[in-house]
Amino acid sequence: MKPVQILDSAQIDITLTRLCHELIENHGDFSSAAIVGLQPRGIYPAQRITERLKKMTGVDHIRHGALDITFHRDDFRRKAEPPVPGETRLDFEIEGLNVVLVDDVLFTGRTIRAGLDALLAFGRPERVELLAFIDRRFSRHLPVQPDYTGRAVDSISTERVAVDWVETEGADRVTLYSVAD
Amino acid sequence: MSSLSTPHLLGIKDLSPEDIGQIFSVADNFKEVINRPIKKVPSLRDITIANLFFENSTRTKLSFELAEKRLSADVINFSSSSSSVSKGETLIDTVNNILAMKVDMVVMRHPKPGAPHFLSRHVDAVIVNAGDGTHEHPTQALLDAYSIRENLGSVSGKKVVIIGDILHSRVALSNIFCLQKIGAEVMVCGPATLIPKHIAELGVQVSHNLREALNWCDVANVLRIQLERQEMAYFPSLREYTMMFGIDKRLLESLKKEITVMHPGPVNRGVEIASDAADSGQSIILKQVENGVAVRMAVLYLLAGKIERKG
Repeated sequence: MKPVQILDSAQIDITLTRLCHELIENHGDFSSAAIVGLQPRGIYPAQRITERLKKMTGVDHIRHGALDITFHRDDFRRKAEPPVPGETRLDFEIEGLNVVLVDDVLFTGRTIRAGLDALLAFGRPERVELLAFIDRRFSRHLPVQPDYTGRAVDSISTERVAVDWVETEGADRVTLYSVAD
Repeated sequence: MSSLSTPHLLGIKDLSPEDIGQIFSVADNFKEVINRPIKKVPSLRDITIANLFFENSTRTKLSFELAEKRLSADVINFSSSSSSVSKGETLIDTVNNILAMKVDMVVMRHPKPGAPHFLSRHVDAVIVNAGDGTHEHPTQALLDAYSIRENLGSVSGKKVVIIGDILHSRVALSNIFCLQKIGAEVMVCGPATLIPKHIAELGVQVSHNLREALNWCDVANVLRIQLERQEMAYFPSLREYTMMFGIDKRLLESLKKEITVMHPGPVNRGVEIASDAADSGQSIILKQVENGVAVRMAVLYLLAGKIERKG
């Protein structure tokens, strides 16, 4: 199968704006909220969303962090190589906050499970929500569902969704491709 | 990320510079973990580790045990004073009996050089050397180099002098190997009787003049006089040693530049280092202890990643 582009740069822009509106609807001025991107790839949409929220709400300080889940994964020693840890940066207390976890692609749900464990090591948030920029439906291994979805994608197990960002790949785009061939 | 090039940590000698870099980078992550409100991660929850200490240790044993517990491993402790070793059991039998209880990793300190190497060839477990006689103490060297990297930004190109009882020190040998592998220049300094005869063949400089050595270096790693390993008199008196090789604040302040002072512990205050130097702003002795836990977590995590999962 040839790779299929699902979203281009302009569509990604619209989707991010729509997600921001949904977040503002629920969190107002973000005085008791925090946006936390999951390493390694959730930090890019989290960063974009935070910057956009600041512009849209006029609030200059929105809590924003990055969370690495490597040491909480359930596949340690099931892979040939130990997974590479990324940086965790949470320079605020999460106790009592409404935390929005952000990841680029929600697939089996295992990363989110590990992310919840990693997050709770920092305290007890009031509420945790999940924002998935891409939700690959029908592929869940665990009962995890997003509260905010950028785009739902129905795909079979041999397919993968690649989310590219200007920061890392030089362009914003979402592509569906097959790993079978 | 590639994994370590060795299945055990027997000595720094077996590690590549890439291995050391990888241990440091994972240790950075664990340093962040041990500063969280909940300082524990579940990575090693299905691993059992035996700490076998055939020789006394306080700091290393506590540091390893804490590292293991913060990785959620199950831990059993054993020290030779309370064991069957005194009843005539061989090392292999002792360890195999412990392994029969389904132990995956062994952290061992032993008075005989080479004991962990011997064990690694005869038992089915990952071995971590926590000090073998006067040979190596790899995790101490790693945490020392890690602390230099943290304090000065990098190790490469730095000048490090190791001062004191080089002859009886496993810390000195592991430090020399480790620092050289990652690009530091090393000098040893002490009385001629406490410096091994052919040590220059390792590519280190030798000095018997403390002031000269301190003026040369960026970092001074001060070692303890290991009286318990000295079967004869290597210098006339401790007082004379202190006068010739002891470091105090006045000496540090008289140097051309501000150097970093380290000590692997236990410190004999007033012998190799005076309190005013050990507690000064130039000393990173307590940072070394904190880093020890993070570095040992990194070593255990990376080695455990290579243990085959059963079932």
